[in-house]
Parts: sequence; C-alpha cells; structure tokens
Amino acid sequence: MARKVVITGLGATTPIGGDVPTMWKNALIGVSGAHTLTDDWVTKYDLPVHFAAKASTPATEILTRVEAKRLDPSSQFAVVAAREAWKDSGITEVDHDRLAVAFATGIGGVWTLLDAWDTLREKGPRRVLPMTVPMLMPNGAAAAVSLDLGARAGAHTPVSACASGTEALHLGLELIRSGKADVVMAGGAEAAIHPLPMASFSSMQALSRRNDDPEHASRPYDRDRDGFVMGEGAGALVLEAEEHALARGARIYGELAGTSVTADAYHITAPDPEGLGATRALKAALFDARAQDTDVVHVNAHATSTPVGDKPEYTALKASLGNHLENVAVSATKSQTGHLLGASGAVEAVMTVLAVYNRKAPATINLENQDPEIPLDVVTTARDLPAGDVVALSNSFGFGGHNAVIVIRNTN
Amino acid sequence: MASNEEILAGLAEIVNEETGLAPEAVELDKSFTDDLDIDSISMMTIVVNAEEKFGVRIPDEEVKNLKTVGDAVNFISGAQA
Repeated sequence: MARKVVITGLGATTPIGGDVPTMWKNALIGVSGAHTLTDDWVTKYDLPVHFAAKASTPATEILTRVEAKRLDPSSQFAVVAAREAWKDSGITEVDHDRLAVAFATGIGGVWTLLDAWDTLREKGPRRVLPMTVPMLMPNGAAAAVSLDLGARAGAHTPVSACASGTEALHLGLELIRSGKADVVMAGGAEAAIHPLPMASFSSMQALSRRNDDPEHASRPYDRDRDGFVMGEGAGALVLEAEEHALARGARIYGELAGTSVTADAYHITAPDPEGLGATRALKAALFDARAQDTDVVHVNAHATSTPVGDKPEYTALKASLGNHLENVAVSATKSQTGHLLGASGAVEAVMTVLAVYNRKAPATINLENQDPEIPLDVVTTARDLPAGDVVALSNSFGFGGHNAVIVIRNTN
Repeated sequence: MASNEEILAGLAEIVNEETGLAPEAVELDKSFTDDLDIDSISMMTIVVNAEEKFGVRIPDEEVKNLKTVGDAVNFISGAQA
C-alpha cells in the first residue's frame, strides 16, 4: 500500500490576492486581476498588448530589501508563497534531511537575464553582477525555498511550461510515496510580465488583445475569447506523509490522492485536437488515486481562454468522465487570475484543495455566451459542492505537449 | 577627490545597500568577512559599486588584500591620487 500524502499548508501570491485568504475570498466573489499596464516599456516597445494581471501585492513589499536584491522576481514570489504555506502548516519541528522542495517555473529568471544583458551591452562585463547566474537559473526558486526552510532532501525544479506547477505536485507525491521525503514544499512561481515574453506570446497570437477592457479579456469557454492574459505570482502547498501529519496533530486540508503526467508528442505548441494526451493523463491520474469517474464532483480546468486550447480539454474530460461530466462543476479560475504560466498549476491546486475542503467551487467570470462546442457545467457564481466522499481534479497543459493532472480527495 | 571621511561614508552606503548593515557599523577597523559577515559575492558587488562611485579601478587581484574597511578606504584614496 502506497503511503498516503495529505496537504497541510497553503500559500499563494496572485493577481487576486497576496495571500491565500484574500485570494480565496476573491475567487468566490469573482474578480478580475487584469489591468492596464502603466510600465513605460509598454509604449516604448509599442507592444500590441497593453494589459496583464500583476501580483496584487508586490513581493518587494513583503521581503526585506536585501532578500529581494538577491532573488529574481520569480524566486521572490516563490519565497513569499512558501513562507505562507509553511506557517499555515503549523510545522514547528521537522527532520530537515527528510524535507524536500519541488518548486517549478515555466520561464524562470527572465528579468534578471535580460537586465544583465542590457548591463553588459551598455556598461561592460565588469558591471554584470556576480549574482546574475544564480538569480536567473531556473532552479533559483527551488533553491531559495530550500535555503529558506533548510530543506535538505533535495530541491527539484520541474520545468514543463504551463504544466510545471502541477508537475511539481506530481513529483512531490512521488518523493513521499517512494520514501525519499516525509514533507515536501511543492509549488510554482512565475514573473514573466516582461516585454520579451509579452512580445513573443503576442507574436504567436496567444494573448488577448482586448486592450480597451482588460478586466473582461480572460474569458474561458466564451464564444468571443481571443487569448490568455499574462499573470504572475506563486502558489505553494505543504505535502506531508499522512502518518507524519497525524503524529503532530496537523490540520489536514485534503489528500493528494493521485497524479499523472503525459506528453502529446504531437506539436510543440498546439494541443492535440482530440485531447488524447490529456485524456491519458486524466485516466491515469484517476487510476493512480484509485478513484471512480463518478467520484469526481469538481474540475479546476486549465482553460486559458485561447480559441484553440479550451476545446480539446473539454474533449479530454468527456472522453475520461463520459456522461458523468454533466454532474461535474467546472471552474476556470484563470478568468480571474490570468495565466500564471509555471505557477498556474500550483495556484489552481491551492484553489482545488480549498474547494474540496470548503465544499465550494470558485467562480468563472466573463462567461457571457458559452461556446456551444464546449457544453460544460461552468461555475459562473461560486457554488456548493456535494457532501460525502468526493474527488476534484486540476488540469494543466503546457507548450511542448505536457499534460499534468492531480486528484484531490476530501479528508473531512 | 574625496576625503577619507567621504570615502568611508560612501563605502558605508554601498555596504548598507548590498547587505542591509547599518552604515554606522562600517568602521575603519572592521574586517569585511569576520566582522561584517560579507561573503565573496557581496564583496565583488561592493567593489564594483565603489569603482563606479569613486571613479577608480580596483583590480581583482587587489580585492583579497582589502581585509578591513580601512584597507579599502586607503586603496581608493591612493587610487584617486
């Protein structure tokens, strides 16, 4: 019998709240974190997209100046969210050799890299800060969290674009099940509201261009969706072997019952139109959780609001859950937060855990005319979930054909 | 040309910016590593910022000789001359 893994701590810093209580309160109300950008680079480079969903509380307001100075903005978000999750877990004593980190990112230290490149070109190599490489490396966030917590059972960085955060939970589960760790700080962080990724995502027509109405731009499943909205922030979850959590009398939010990761091997950016890779991930995650299709009451969907992305996820859900899908309350929280790329899976995992724990599915905003080809039961205003034993899913898909799914089971 | 007092004050500002140490803690007889707990990476950042502030060049091979704040003040003062 595999070790059971439970969730005992939650942390988040997002466009709709700088901590978990604020984010969750807003997620139930249904608010937009997207706003017009006031940064000078938007006009300087004449970017076609003028808005994004920035973190509502800048990390530099929470960290000390010296802490912030040595961390890329993505790692700053990671440390903020991980500290909240750690405090929330109530863990006071831990065997640090049995504490691991699995902290993902999609893009990593893009601000640090490109600022340093500017410095090199304008001022020469002598002015390039010695901390440049440790700040820009993709494992920077995992390393910063490991240092902060004294986690010595390995600090890992799954990188699979927008599936990264969910893949971190997959890895965290494996680390505990395999006996390599008893506690894992798992999560994802991203800080890519930078002109270069913004320009690149614009070039591939992936971003919404609703410049005159940013709050209504992220509209998953809506007929008039025209792309995703860039978000930033981090999510963090304390995963703990059940016996470890019970021994210390921890408050348990739910069980990370199963996970799965698959690859499409279809196209570098386009999802498999039949959603075959996603279907395999969904089925495998449910099997891993020893859950029946009919146990599923809620899905926090990947649903980024792109014209091509939202439908294959529906196809995959239909193929996995069949007619039971009619009874599943689907929330697309990117309508509120925007798309946090490598952090999105972690933030949505926090939302999914809270949905199961509180029996409440968060709101999907901006759904005015539902795409008739996607006949899901979308939660437009926060809704109660059934009592009894249930599971909920959170899906994440990433460029590269990465599909990651987690299954959360109630423990209350 | 900055006086030694001005160089000390300027260095204290740079050290504060990099490490958060109170500027008053940066005194002439203090060792960068033993007293101020400044690691080699912070030291290189401080050196480069001092070069820019005082318009001098501090060669990499010289940095290891700058054990105390006073050593740095003297070096910068001499380099300006």
